Amino acid sequence: MEALDLARWQFAVTTVYHFIFVPLTIGLAPLVAIMQTAWVRTGNERWLRLTKFFGKLFLINFAMGVVTGIVQEFQFGMNWSEYSRFVGDVFGAPLAMEALAAFFVESTFLGLWIFGWDRLNKKVHLACIWAVAVAVNLSAFFILAANSWMQHPVGTRFNPESGRAEMESIWAVLANNTLWAAFPHTIAAAFLTAGTFVAGIAAWWMVRLVRTGEEHKVSLARDVYRPAVVLGTVTMLIAGVGVALSGDVQGKLMFQQQPGKMASAEALCDGSESANFSILTIGDLSNSCEGVRHILEVPGLASYLGTGHFSGPESFLPGVNDVQAEYTERYGDTDAAGNPVVYTPNLALTYWSFRLMIGFAVGSAALAVLALWLTRRGRVTDNKWFARIGIWAIPTPFLASSFGWIFTETGRQPWVVAPNPTGIDQIRLLTERGVSTVVSPNLVLASMIVFTVVYGVLAVVWGRLMHRYTIEGVPDVVHDESPEARTGDDTDRPLSFAY
Amino acid sequence: MDLAIFWFVLIAVLWTGYLVLEGFDFGVGMLLSILPRGGAAHGGPENRDKERRVLINTIGPVWDGNEVWLLTAGGATFAAFPEWYATLFSGFYLPLLIILVALIVRGVAFEYRGKISDETWRRRCDLAIQVGSWVPALLWGVAFANLVRGVQLDDAHQYVGGFWALLNPFALLGGLVTLVLFLLHGAVFVALKTSGELRERACRLASGLSYVALVVAGGWAVWAQVAYSATWTWAVVVVAAGALIGVVVATRRSREGQAFALSAVVLVAAVALIFGSMYPDVMPGLDGGPSLSIADASSTPYTLGVMTVVALILTPLVLAYQAWTYWVFRRRLSVRDIPAPAGLTWQRVKDAAF
Ligand code: HDD
Ligand code: HEM
Ligand code: HEM
Repeated sequence: MEALDLARWQFAVTTVYHFIFVPLTIGLAPLVAIMQTAWVRTGNERWLRLTKFFGKLFLINFAMGVVTGIVQEFQFGMNWSEYSRFVGDVFGAPLAMEALAAFFVESTFLGLWIFGWDRLNKKVHLACIWAVAVAVNLSAFFILAANSWMQHPVGTRFNPESGRAEMESIWAVLANNTLWAAFPHTIAAAFLTAGTFVAGIAAWWMVRLVRTGEEHKVSLARDVYRPAVVLGTVTMLIAGVGVALSGDVQGKLMFQQQPGKMASAEALCDGSESANFSILTIGDLSNSCEGVRHILEVPGLASYLGTGHFSGPESFLPGVNDVQAEYTERYGDTDAAGNPVVYTPNLALTYWSFRLMIGFAVGSAALAVLALWLTRRGRVTDNKWFARIGIWAIPTPFLASSFGWIFTETGRQPWVVAPNPTGIDQIRLLTERGVSTVVSPNLVLASMIVFTVVYGVLAVVWGRLMHRYTIEGVPDVVHDESPEARTGDDTDRPLSFAY
Repeated sequence: MDLAIFWFVLIAVLWTGYLVLEGFDFGVGMLLSILPRGGAAHGGPENRDKERRVLINTIGPVWDGNEVWLLTAGGATFAAFPEWYATLFSGFYLPLLIILVALIVRGVAFEYRGKISDETWRRRCDLAIQVGSWVPALLWGVAFANLVRGVQLDDAHQYVGGFWALLNPFALLGGLVTLVLFLLHGAVFVALKTSGELRERACRLASGLSYVALVVAGGWAVWAQVAYSATWTWAVVVVAAGALIGVVVATRRSREGQAFALSAVVLVAAVALIFGSMYPDVMPGLDGGPSLSIADASSTPYTLGVMTVVALILTPLVLAYQAWTYWVFRRRLSVRDIPAPAGLTWQRVKDAAF
């Protein structure tokens, strides 16, 4: 394999891995903050127990997000140095802002939150977790600003002398319509992930306790876990609607900005009006249109997703072949090395990842519907299936998010910076031109192996810890450790929390 | 002042923040097997673990915030000097890869060590913390010394020297310099943040390390001055030497606050020497070969202007709330403050595994 392929694999693997932890962090931080707020405001101990329980799971997850994130920050320079040279003037700014505005806040205030239970006044301590919750969402904004610019470059001019992209307006970069669709979509997906996580775990616990039939366990289920199921479910419902609405907006933008992505998401060979959305397709999708057969289709839906019209001339969706013809005319049929350029991403990957993203949301939806029904008006349940669906639902939004990113990123190919058809289209870069030229394939291979091994080991540790700390359940006894609640002089007491 | 030069200075400031703050994190990590005592006279192996936990907890609430100075330095380099970011990170690929892995295992070990209450687990985490501290402490010095010495670039500003060229004697000695300085800085920090026996041991170690640092760092600095650096940085070298002597005096008098400020001054001086030697390049050429200058590498004035506004607003804020964190956790720790291990036993974790 060449350095290019290896670098692509490495980026894909490390980023998708980073994004296993990210959505849970983004969604769970606010949920934990809500739980703690409920405790501070009502004084009801159940919320403190839930805060401690989910807070622990949050921290186990957060640590992985941090250490895998550092790799991301360095990778652009290490593997994609020519990309970095081309885009740095524009792309570096949101990255630096993310570190200054978000990473500093989240890491510093999380430290205060973890160790501050017995040192900070209750309200100040609560403010710390809220600072974390806001900062993780802010970090998503800035990193998505960078990513959206790669999908749809705006606010930038091409400097023919240096051959680079130069920023014209930071406001345009931050007001990118792609960003303002991708940000709500990603955040909503993150809340769906965390809501499913909280609801799923609490549901499993609730059923487990109710089934014992012991009175104090049933009341634990009713007093502590049931409210968590409700909190999780409400979050899922709101987030689910958000994901669908923002996804719809993204589809429309994608149609204008990256028609090739839209066409391959549908495996649509030739343009058509009233294009159908296929649910099942067979045949060889490996970048040839021939032999593709759509089996199950929803009439006109693909056109609607892209154009907002089910039928008529406005509903015309260009196919893969149309896009190839148009792009060849605009951007030439060969790259700098004289090789022909295929302006279509990998069809099978794009087609299926798009469907899997949407399809996996069914897991969350099933849990949400069931949870609403079974916990209506103060009820708890001993329904075994509810517990099972609760657990099975948890991975589904993670998978949906991963496939969403795989779709977004591979669908952009062969570009790493996709040309903006409605803007200055000299701002574009083929992925093959972005890779570092001085790094040997062996070196990339070595780093690929190292990351795979390290990440593999960490995945096992993380999985076991998450699993075990879930099975531990909420703590039996919780103390209000805040300075206000302490009596007398106890400067000699041990720390309430230590590593 | 030219904005590009302002950013060159600002990036030096960010690196200073990183080396001063994560410098003691590395130092504390490296000391994990050096300072704690577990002999019969000290209360046995249990005491060793408690003392290790004291060390880890001195940096527990702050290490991640300290590491963000690195991310910011990296991000700011990307934004303000894309060519520098591209050439440096692709050119120094292998050392950076090793540093990344070290930072990963170290970070996870800090966070997960206490989650499982098991001897073998703790020992593995301690190992990860130590490897994750020694290795970057050495490699950052190697990387920076190469920037002082100059690297082999081609006309397109690509690094073409290969990996082995980075391991020249000057750079290796540079690695030893950061290693010793971080050890010293860590020892002073432990002396400042603990009480009882640990504090006394740390004080003694710090004053011994100051002499070592004087020889190692002094030797390297003189080499740098004679061979590569500007005249004015002699002044910096003198300040650093004075500060090192000050550390000895201060630790002898148990003035740990002063000692800490002085060892921080040494690190500031090191950054001044390094960046002062690089100027007006961000990557000087080896033996007068092609170099990458501040002007060549910098972003457009517009981008630099935007970033200047952002940095001028946010950096003081960051400094303020990070300083507040150190204030909140100002209390000295000793083995008496360490609660019983709260993690789950290994058996329970294993039983739960899928
Ligand atoms: C939509 C959200 C999102 C996306 C697309 C990414 N990240 Fe991320 N990242 C986060 C959201 C996030 C976060 C939620 O803010 C994390 C996860 C856990 C955490 O500690 O912060 C984080 C952590 C994190 C850290 C560690 C911060 C610290 O030490 O506190 C770094 C350096 C990065 N990320 C860098 C990146 C880069 C360079 C990415 C692009 C490829 C990237 N992340 C994708
Ligand atoms: C701001 C955030 C992101 C940026 C700036 C970014 C940038 C990049 C770059 C530079 C590449 C390499 C070129 C290529 O091979 O396409 C790439 C590829 C890729 N990225 Fe992203 N990415 C971001 C977020 C993500 C996330 C969060 C994921 C998934 C979780 C992801 C998944 C991928 C995948 C799967 C590829 C491989 C595509 C391919 O090679 O065909 N990206 N991205
Ligand atoms: C109603 C169903 C959905 C629709 C119509 C939809 C639509 C889309 C579209 C069109 C994109 C690609 C944007 C682009 O490349 O320009 C996308 C990306 C993405 N989707 Fe979805 N989506 C849906 C459900 C979900 C769900 C349930 C999740 C996760 C829980 C999810 C997570 C993501 C993520 C993480 C990305 C990549 C980031 C981004 O581009 O915003 N999506 N989605």
